[in-house]
Amino acid sequence: MKHNFWILLIIIGIPGLVNAQTDTSDLMSLIGDNEQTDYATATFKTTRLMNGHSIENQAAGVLDFRINHRFGNLNGGTYEWFGLDQANVKIGFDYGVLPWLMVGVGHTNVDKTYDGFVKAKILRQSTGKKKMPISLTYVASSAVTTLKWNNSRNNYVSSRYSYTHQLLIARKFSNATSLQIMPTLVHRNLIDLLKYKNDVYAIGVGGRQKLTQRMSINAEYYYVLPNQINPMYDNSFSLGFDIETGGHVFQLAFTNSRGMTDPQFITQTQGKWLKGDVRFGFNVSRVFTVRERK
Amino acid sequence: MKNKTRIILMAGVIAISAAFTVNVAGGKYMTKNGKVSFFSHTDMEDIKGDNNKVASVLDSKTGKMQIEILVKSFVFKKALMEEHFNENYMESTKYPKSKFDGKIDDINAIDFTKDGTYKSTVSGNLTIKDKTNSVKTNGTFTVKDGKLNGKAVFKIKLADYNVEIPAVVKDKIAKELEITVDLDYLALK
Repeated sequence: MKHNFWILLIIIGIPGLVNAQTDTSDLMSLIGDNEQTDYATATFKTTRLMNGHSIENQAAGVLDFRINHRFGNLNGGTYEWFGLDQANVKIGFDYGVLPWLMVGVGHTNVDKTYDGFVKAKILRQSTGKKKMPISLTYVASSAVTTLKWNNSRNNYVSSRYSYTHQLLIARKFSNATSLQIMPTLVHRNLIDLLKYKNDVYAIGVGGRQKLTQRMSINAEYYYVLPNQINPMYDNSFSLGFDIETGGHVFQLAFTNSRGMTDPQFITQTQGKWLKGDVRFGFNVSRVFTVRERK
Repeated sequence: MKNKTRIILMAGVIAISAAFTVNVAGGKYMTKNGKVSFFSHTDMEDIKGDNNKVASVLDSKTGKMQIEILVKSFVFKKALMEEHFNENYMESTKYPKSKFDGKIDDINAIDFTKDGTYKSTVSGNLTIKDKTNSVKTNGTFTVKDGKLNGKAVFKIKLADYNVEIPAVVKDKIAKELEITVDLDYLALK
């Protein structure tokens, strides 16, 4: 009985004494952990790896004017001035509608193609209060060619359309290293021969490694699963640099793809890297803040 | 009789214990949503970043104060400014927090029990990225209804804190930034 009393006394007394001796040199510890969710930002420098999409969106209210340019094949020799005599261009406008939603339109002289896309963020990589190991984005695009038919068939307008659906799964492993995987479905309304597939499944992988704070080396590869497309076509592979200079991002790359819209580089890449069918190209992105945040 | 002694003794211990507890927490003020902003002015461009999630604790007895700023919580008018701020200049993944650890130099000039506006210099160490420098500035403290507000405006040089400005944008970013601190403290209970 007596024991119990003293034990109780000590139990009540000790916290008071301990409190009195609390080291007050770190005042911040008094207000506890101020933990917030830390979202991974700038997984890639811009919204494209080279030809295809990266996990990045333009912020809400930001307009991105993009010019993509691909020269001819390097193995064209001096007659083709190593490809510089040819020009394939795509001009596009992207706009961030909401923080998680971006839309865009574009036109390229390759098959006189127009395209448009919708790109929505589903998951954002984060640490802290909310934890998420990856970022996930869905992109849907459609492309329509407007080249005049040069055959005597009965042609349908619908034959000009193709659609692409992509999931982009990315992770920023460190400040310098990011990787991305892109399961992709391309649906083409018109195909060369019946033995090829209207629905083409492909899987893309890409990544970037920063060399300096404003420059990175990028790679992008799309693997088309076998027996779906004409074997004359090859998988698209691009290797290049991102250079950021304030409002502009320049992307310089070597690629075996001529086309710059989704169905073109995923299912119609003609160049073979090993034969030197590689072309130099660049993308220029210039952003304009149309709607400022308050 | 014996029981009475016990009760008195117990009550005494509880009272002392409680007194110590109050003594520690008492006289301290805190905030988790203080405001810190910076302003860069050049002929080419004005840049302003605002942070409304600043945490700070102030000890009214000793005058000691600490401020903690999550770098990623700065918001800008233009999204690209925010990206460049975090990615290129502050490297906020590598250095997530900026800190101030200092004191109100003339703590006796402030009567925390009486409404009014008081002035005192504030001095201490400011850590941004991996650089720590001592800073000293004039602070204004306002006591009202048991609440405390602390304000200060001062300048820092980017070069002092290892913030590199590349040649292409050097005309757009001032070499010296104006920092505005506005902290609404509540008594820490």
